[in-house]
Amino acid sequence: MTLPSGSGVRFDATALGVFAFFFLLVTVLGFFAARWRRGDLSQLHEWGLGGRRFGAFVTWFLLGGDLYTAYTLIAVPALVYAVGAYGFFAMPYTVFVYPIVFLTMPRLWNACRKHGWITSADFVEGRYGSRGLALAVAVTGVLATMPYIALQLVGLEKVFEAMGLGALGIGRETPLIIAFVILALYTYSSGLRAPALIAFVKDAMLYITVIAAVVVIPIKLGGYGAVFDTAEKAFAAKGGDTGILLKPDQYWSFATLALGSAFALFLYPHATTATLSADSPQTIRRNAVWLPAYSIMLGLVALLGYMALAAHVDVKDGSMAVPALINASFPPWFAGFCFAAIALGALVPAAIMSIGAANLFTRNIWRAYVNANLSNAQESRIAKNISLLVKFGALLAVLYLPTKFAIDLQLLGGIWMLQIFPAVICGLYTRWLRASALLLGWLAGMILGSALAYAQGLKPVYTFVFGDTHYGIYIGLLALAVNFVVSILATPVGARLKREARPDRTQSLDYHDAVPDR
Amino acid sequence: MPRKLTPWLLLIPFIALLWVPFYNRTQPTVAGFPFFYVWQFAWVVLAALLTWAVHRGWRG
Repeated sequence: MTLPSGSGVRFDATALGVFAFFFLLVTVLGFFAARWRRGDLSQLHEWGLGGRRFGAFVTWFLLGGDLYTAYTLIAVPALVYAVGAYGFFAMPYTVFVYPIVFLTMPRLWNACRKHGWITSADFVEGRYGSRGLALAVAVTGVLATMPYIALQLVGLEKVFEAMGLGALGIGRETPLIIAFVILALYTYSSGLRAPALIAFVKDAMLYITVIAAVVVIPIKLGGYGAVFDTAEKAFAAKGGDTGILLKPDQYWSFATLALGSAFALFLYPHATTATLSADSPQTIRRNAVWLPAYSIMLGLVALLGYMALAAHVDVKDGSMAVPALINASFPPWFAGFCFAAIALGALVPAAIMSIGAANLFTRNIWRAYVNANLSNAQESRIAKNISLLVKFGALLAVLYLPTKFAIDLQLLGGIWMLQIFPAVICGLYTRWLRASALLLGWLAGMILGSALAYAQGLKPVYTFVFGDTHYGIYIGLLALAVNFVVSILATPVGARLKREARPDRTQSLDYHDAVPDR
Repeated sequence: MPRKLTPWLLLIPFIALLWVPFYNRTQPTVAGFPFFYVWQFAWVVLAALLTWAVHRGWRG
């Protein structure tokens, strides 16, 4: 049996009503969140880190809601719909992430807690005594986050498109602007508590959506075997580097994309912010054990790309594959529910990203370079305003620039984020690398990574050819390798040229749990 | 297992999934899923179990 196909757009009052109901519900929750686990929101660590009081349960929802964004839910199946197995690099990626988190993030949490730091740039400044290196880390984070926020809006836009809001004659801008103004206001007033509370609703809805989809749709299509068979035939007809298995030429790019993305993820400000808001290092370790539940969901979401092919959903824009599949497979009321889940999947990360970028900007750019004598209340106020500014910047970018611009910048953002790995992650274990050398390595990595990606026509992979064999390597990892080589070589050279007297404000005990777990 | 060794268990998922040619195959299938997918889903669970084991070992 096949499902009805078409443009993937369906206007239905019931779907819209259900959608509006859930949107309203989380808006109320967002404002109410200011009173949840009440703290003094004129303190930056209260507004921007929720007072570091989130236990394992809240953190699980918060991080899950934060990392698996609307863009992920749209873009991963879109890639699978377009090319097949290659899009599944997201699976090994999420498998690699959590062991890395388990080993490194509790150390970062401990050091930051001890010294009252709220960003990775705070840590770098305290560890290396270098404002320059801290600035590099902060600028990288802010630059990489802005296009990521813009992409959340793109996810939102697809949902509005699939619900046929165009038919109402209000244009594509109006719903986006309304959604974002609401988001901006409750983030301003409630800080990180808002996305933390909304994440409960969002994640619950998302699990329901995904479970319904992976049970109901394959039954209609004749089981998973039939889904894979039809997808395989569709790719065979399409040709090129597509298929439900990888081509040998794709092995290296598949593996290096997964590995590089995993190294980059927890360097992003939104991931760091959500991690540092945990109440203990044990909370982070427990989450490294339990967050993979979301990875299972991500894998199932990726399969929706194949189901869209098997259901003969025919859309030009792969990003519409999942919305169109939802419209084709579910009654309007449940489609409205699913669309609300995806839309909330845009709002939770967008809020956390804007808070993470605001924390970085306020602490490590404004306080460090513009006004060192901020009171705590002033600092918190600036961060709130910056979070507004960041979101409106993203909104303007989506409304007035081509979508491709945000996608390209987000790709570059991943490459850039990896370049703070030596300073932040290696810094958690050793201070052997010198600040000036790390800065030089960072610069080399940033320039090389951007230039290579640009030269490839903004593709993430650079291909080396040896004889008949092609080795595609993720450019972020190539740039990181160069970054490491420069940092390591420049360290002894720098030590000869100049004796640095930069204080390290951390001691080795700062990295260990203050209270050993029983 | 000695406590200091347990963190090294976390290398296993990396090896299992970076060795792409090993699992890039259709057979054996499980419930209609080609092996490529079965292996990846399995390692989400196995990696979580290993992390849990290391976590337990850490605490002694």
